[in-house]
Amino acid sequence: MLNPSRIWLRFLARPNDDRIKIFGVATIVALVCSIVVSTSSIILRPIQQAQFEVERQNRIAAMLDTLPGMREIMEEAGVDGLETRIVNLQTGDFAVQIDPEKYDQKSAANDPELSMAIPADADVAGLRRRALYAPVHLLQRDNELLLIVLPISGVGYQSTIRAMLALEADLRTIAALTIIEQAETAGLGANVEDPDWLALWAGKQVSDETGKISISVTRGSAAGPYEVDGISGATRTGNGVANMLRYWLGDHGFGPFLERMSEGS
Amino acid sequence: MASLMKNITLPIVKNNPITLQILGICSALAVTTSLSTALTMSIALTVVLCLSSAIISSIRNHIPSVIRLIVQITIIASLVIVIDEFIQAFVYETSKQLSIFVGLIVTNCLVLGRAEAFAMRNPVLPSILDGLGNGLGYSLILVVVGSVRELLGAGTLLGFVIFVPMSEGGWFEPLGLMLLAPSAFFIIGFLIWGIRSYWTDQIEVAKFKLKIRRARQ
Repeated sequence: MLNPSRIWLRFLARPNDDRIKIFGVATIVALVCSIVVSTSSIILRPIQQAQFEVERQNRIAAMLDTLPGMREIMEEAGVDGLETRIVNLQTGDFAVQIDPEKYDQKSAANDPELSMAIPADADVAGLRRRALYAPVHLLQRDNELLLIVLPISGVGYQSTIRAMLALEADLRTIAALTIIEQAETAGLGANVEDPDWLALWAGKQVSDETGKISISVTRGSAAGPYEVDGISGATRTGNGVANMLRYWLGDHGFGPFLERMSEGS
Repeated sequence: MASLMKNITLPIVKNNPITLQILGICSALAVTTSLSTALTMSIALTVVLCLSSAIISSIRNHIPSVIRLIVQITIIASLVIVIDEFIQAFVYETSKQLSIFVGLIVTNCLVLGRAEAFAMRNPVLPSILDGLGNGLGYSLILVVVGSVRELLGAGTLLGFVIFVPMSEGGWFEPLGLMLLAPSAFFIIGFLIWGIRSYWTDQIEVAKFKLKIRRARQ
């Protein structure tokens, strides 16, 4: 009696302005579309993740290559990469309970349990929320810190810029800066990825003797150890990069952690 | 057969979606700063257009007319998400530059326009060909605009240096304006001018005449 194919044919034979048909067609279309979308998203997720991870590794490796002598030091120390550890940003301690291999700072920043809202007056980078924990990448030889790489992010002109900042052992001198992700205006703001511009950052000081974060991007020509030339036609992108350094090196970012590191604990 | 081929060939120049129907302008401004993004966007749009035309045309007799726009948009949006996922998975570099513009194919008037105007009323094969033709017409304009903007704005094509810029010792001074959205308006405007002065039948009759009023004394 209840033959599915007959019910189907009778459903199709209904006139198009019939109420059951309208609801039926809407439901079927919605169902089929959602299945197709979620299936493709689940199947392709690992490939996208792998692509992103490769990209990140490449950028870090490329950044290490720009540092003179870094490869030799690493060979000497007998390591082929940086050691990744997770830091509790609030206290500045290492969070040993979190596996660095599995921690994803980007998705944690959207998870209410693993993130916090940034107070508006402290939010110089325009991020609104940040994860409670952040990975740091360390290069050590005989327990002596040689280089530290911090992930930083902030809002530029039209996109969130993600970058890696390498600091030298004094935790004040920039060893290198590299952009991991950005979607600024092609040809203008997108020049933040320009290696020539990023090279300007190397050797600059992020903070003065009193510990105040003083790094900035200037219009016109930069003078002194705390200033970097802006990108022409992309003032707001350049300021965005400076602001994200200020935020992430400040009290709300890696400040407590850097303080602990410089105390040598 | 000849009439089927017309579905492809007509929209390429004579009934071009951008220059005659003035559809899909927004994305034509946004993604044409370089040729490679224009090409990826063209391919993505053409694929979406063909698939959406095929699907909508194949179920056209069972789409209740009161919810037809919602059904069309749902199908188009799902296709776009799937294509976006594919681009992110397999051409990661380009996906970073296209960012949200692939997602905005959903709101591209061209896709919904062809679904509503053609695929709802025609069998599957002509609908696919119509989608392909309009996609190619859109691609042609995007490639032309993208080439002009990248060449004059940065002196390169597909990333290869054609004109050596002054900053590297050449003679070429890149035009910053070309990298900003308004330049695409100028280029598309010039293209429409060129096409309409050649095919004068494309010139639209003015619907309203401007009346000059004399100021009363």
